[in-house]
Formats: sequence, structure tokens, C-alpha cells
Amino acid sequence: MKPRKELERWSPLLLMLAIVVLWQIVTSAFNVSEFIFPSPWRIWEQTLEHKATIAGHAWRTFWVTMAGFGLAIVVGVLLGFLIGSSRLAYAAIYPLMTAFNALPKAAFVPILVVWFGIGIGPAILTAFLISFFPITVNIATGLATLEPELEDVLRVLGARRWDVLMKVGLPRSMPYFFGSLKVAITLAFVGTTVSEMTAANEGIGYLLISAGSAMQMGLAFSGLLVVGIMAMAMYELFSFIEKHTTGWAHRGSQSA
Amino acid sequence: MSTAPSSAPFVQFDDVWLAYNDELLAKNQFAVEAINLNVQQGEFIAIVGPSGCGKSTFMKLTTGLRKPSMGRIRVDGQPVDGPLKISGMAFQAPSLLPWRTTLDNVLLPLEIVEPYRSQFKERRKEYEERALKLLDTVGLGGYAKKFPWELSGGMQQRASICRALIHEPKMLLLDEPFGALDAFTREELWCTLRDLHAAQKFNVILVTHDLRESVFLADTVYVMSKSPGRFVVRRDIDLPRPRDLEITYTPEFTNIVHELRGHIGAMRKAGAVINQ
Repeated sequence: MKPRKELERWSPLLLMLAIVVLWQIVTSAFNVSEFIFPSPWRIWEQTLEHKATIAGHAWRTFWVTMAGFGLAIVVGVLLGFLIGSSRLAYAAIYPLMTAFNALPKAAFVPILVVWFGIGIGPAILTAFLISFFPITVNIATGLATLEPELEDVLRVLGARRWDVLMKVGLPRSMPYFFGSLKVAITLAFVGTTVSEMTAANEGIGYLLISAGSAMQMGLAFSGLLVVGIMAMAMYELFSFIEKHTTGWAHRGSQSA
Repeated sequence: MSTAPSSAPFVQFDDVWLAYNDELLAKNQFAVEAINLNVQQGEFIAIVGPSGCGKSTFMKLTTGLRKPSMGRIRVDGQPVDGPLKISGMAFQAPSLLPWRTTLDNVLLPLEIVEPYRSQFKERRKEYEERALKLLDTVGLGGYAKKFPWELSGGMQQRASICRALIHEPKMLLLDEPFGALDAFTREELWCTLRDLHAAQKFNVILVTHDLRESVFLADTVYVMSKSPGRFVVRRDIDLPRPRDLEITYTPEFTNIVHELRGHIGAMRKAGAVINQ
């Protein structure tokens, strides 16, 4: 049983290693031009060569994403709270929100540029727009799917709606909330990068575009690599927080 | 507890009818109808009947979670027009909050009901003592810090009953609380409930479909019919208290159970209303 668990733990790294090795073999064996599809080794070289530049752009993308994501948490939670606790608000807002969520967020970037100019404004807002929806939906679902018996237990005691929400609704929706954060943070990185590609002079998105137009494919790929790593790190962070705050909701998988 | 003379009924239903919504009311389809009931202070009543006969509806009426379409309900001398704060409730599902320990689950009503609510922070220690004592009396001493999912079904149900009692309600409402338990655990909990009732003298309204349970525990058993949901039989249980589990094997006990069984059987066959 134990070696299997170890294997499970290291499996993501092993798989990644396998992919990188295969990639290297294919690019070397077929002698693929590095302007078309650079080998992992070449990407690594370019990453080291430009590490100061990449770090600067990465930091910018990181904090812009966090700003947009923070905004998404505040708005997402409040909106989810409203929708989940009032039937009227649910009926009124939900269809509109669904329609809004179907719009490609990249299409907002030119509009945001007109409003806020080139720079952090459009990037933060794009990250926000793309990531608040899952948070809202999850909070609303957590609140709206409250068991009637639980509610009756409190209402018999004369509990007000607010009491029921604070004592039961909110704690109960916490696992949904953390689940949604994991999805939302990855989306926020997408939003920032997409916006930076057309509406910024800094950030990984900008780096991708400028590296691409200078035919520095290795550098472009290292930009992608960095975004992937940042998103994965944040995902793991929220995963960790989730496990340590709402363990009661995951007891089945923990005890196994 | 109350200054009302013991002769005045504690719970009084006066020709109560309930339809779930206006549409059903217009069609004269009632979930429960013509309920007349007088429950004395400290009396333990049980309501038995086939499933879907409106027993749970009756509970909602008593607690004020629902208002009757017609008729009047008075509890403790006051007309009921909103959730009563003097009652505690437990259901077939223990419905404990999984993110709270057993102790915190039991303390929950004190965070809601006045006067405890406003003093909760200062007197938390004292309330915890009280909850621990209550948990002790139902055999859950030592499980206070455990989470509900670490307890067996029977233990969860004990905790749920503690939660219903922590604020010292005058009335305990139990909706098939032992329905999901195995026979041995169920009989154990009967005794727990019997002892709590004997010690604290609160009113109990127990909804059940277990006739032995109703006869063992209650002072009065009401048999309810299905559609229309009416009380068709009222049976005083004059077995002496305190009752021991042994009593369930005596002929007197069995006779009463058989009698009630007969009423329900007749009802199921004919669907007819039996006169009291």
C-alpha cells in the first residue's frame, strides 16, 4: 500500500518529467527549428538568460492578478450572498449573470482601454471580470441548498433569517467557497495575461507578444511556463487552506 | 416554571384546519382537519398514524412554524402566532452541524434564544458546564469534543436531543426521533427520554409510527388517520410510572398495543373515520 501512495504523491512530477523528456527527444530527433517549436533545453537556456526581465514581468502579472482576484472575492462573495439568501434576487440576477459570463472577457479589453488607458486598469478589471462568477455561483449554491430541517431547528427557537445565515448558511457554504477560489485563481491569471497582451507595456502577456514578434520563441515559452507555475502555486495554496479550514467536508478523502 | 394553574391546558387546539396553500384551501383539501386537543402541563403525548397522515404538519402547527387556515392554537395560555421560543425540536435525522463539535452543537440554541443569547460570551463557561452535564445524562460524557461524524447514529441522536433540551424548553417536539436507529439503541434511548422527562417535567409531543414506543413513553396516545388527517382515537395509557422496559412484555402493555394496532388496521382497510 505504501509504495503506491508514494507513487501517487510524485506522479505529477513524474508525468511532467516524462513529457519534457519526450519533447526534448522529438525536437532533437526531427531537428525542429527553434523558431517554430523550441526544445525544453532551449527554453531553459532562454529563461536563465532573461531571468531578470522575466522576473520583473512575472511580478507585475502576479500582483495585478492578485488585485483583480481580491476584487473578485469581495464582489463575488457579496453577490453570492445576495443571490443565495433572497429568492427575488436569485430570480432577477441569475439569468443576467449567466448571459454576462458567456461573453468573452477578451472582448472587454478594448473597451476598458478606452476607459482606463493602457496599463494596470484593464488588466485588473479583466482578471476580476473573468473570476468573480464561479465564486458567486458557489456561494449562492451553498446558501440556497440549505437543508430545511436544519433551518427548522433554528427557526423553532425564534432565529431570524440573519441568524440562520450566519450560523448555518455561511459555514456550510465555506467548502463551496474554497472550491471556487481554486477555479477562480487560475481564471484570474488568464484574464490578466490576455489583457496584458494588448493593453500593457509590462507583464507576462506583454512579454509573450514582444517575444513572439522578435521571434524569440524560447522566451515566449518561458513566459507561459512562469504563468503556469504561478497559477499552480496559488492553486496549491488555496487547496492547503481549504483542507485546514473545512476539513469536516473532506473527511472521507482524508481518512482513506 | 409556569404560574398557570395545572388545570388549564398547556397546549390547546380548537378546531384547527390547515391547507398548505390558498389553492388547496379553495378546493377544500386540508392536510389536517378538525384537530381538537388539550394537553396538560408536563403531559407526554404521542401521535401515531400511517406515514403521510399529517403528523409532521401537526408539529409545525404546534411550534408556530405554520399558521392554521382555520381554528385557534394556544400554548401556555398564549395564542400562537409565530415560532415559539419555548420549544425544542428533534427530527429523525440528527441534523447536527458537521463543522461544530458535539458540545458546540448542543450550545447552538443558547446562541439564538434570549436571554442566553445576549449573555453568551460572558457566561460561556457556565453554559458549557451545563451542556456537559446534559451530555453526561444521556451517556455522551467524554464525547463533547468529538465531531458529529465521529459518533454513531444513536449517539448523534442523543446529541440532537440534548440540543433540543439545552435551553430548558417547556415543550419538546420529537418527529420520529428514533426511526432510523436499530432496535436496541432505540430502547436505550426510550429510557433516556423517559428519565429526562421524569426529571425535568417538560411537555413532550412525540410523533412516531412505532406503537410500542408510543405506549411505553406516553401518557396519552392519539391515532391519526390519513387524508383527511384527523385524530380518530384518543387512548390514555394508565400504566404506572416509572415504567421499566420489562413492562413492554406484560399482557396489559401488549393489549394496548393490539388495540391501537386494530384502530390503524381498520383505518387502512376502510379509510373510514372511527368515532372516538
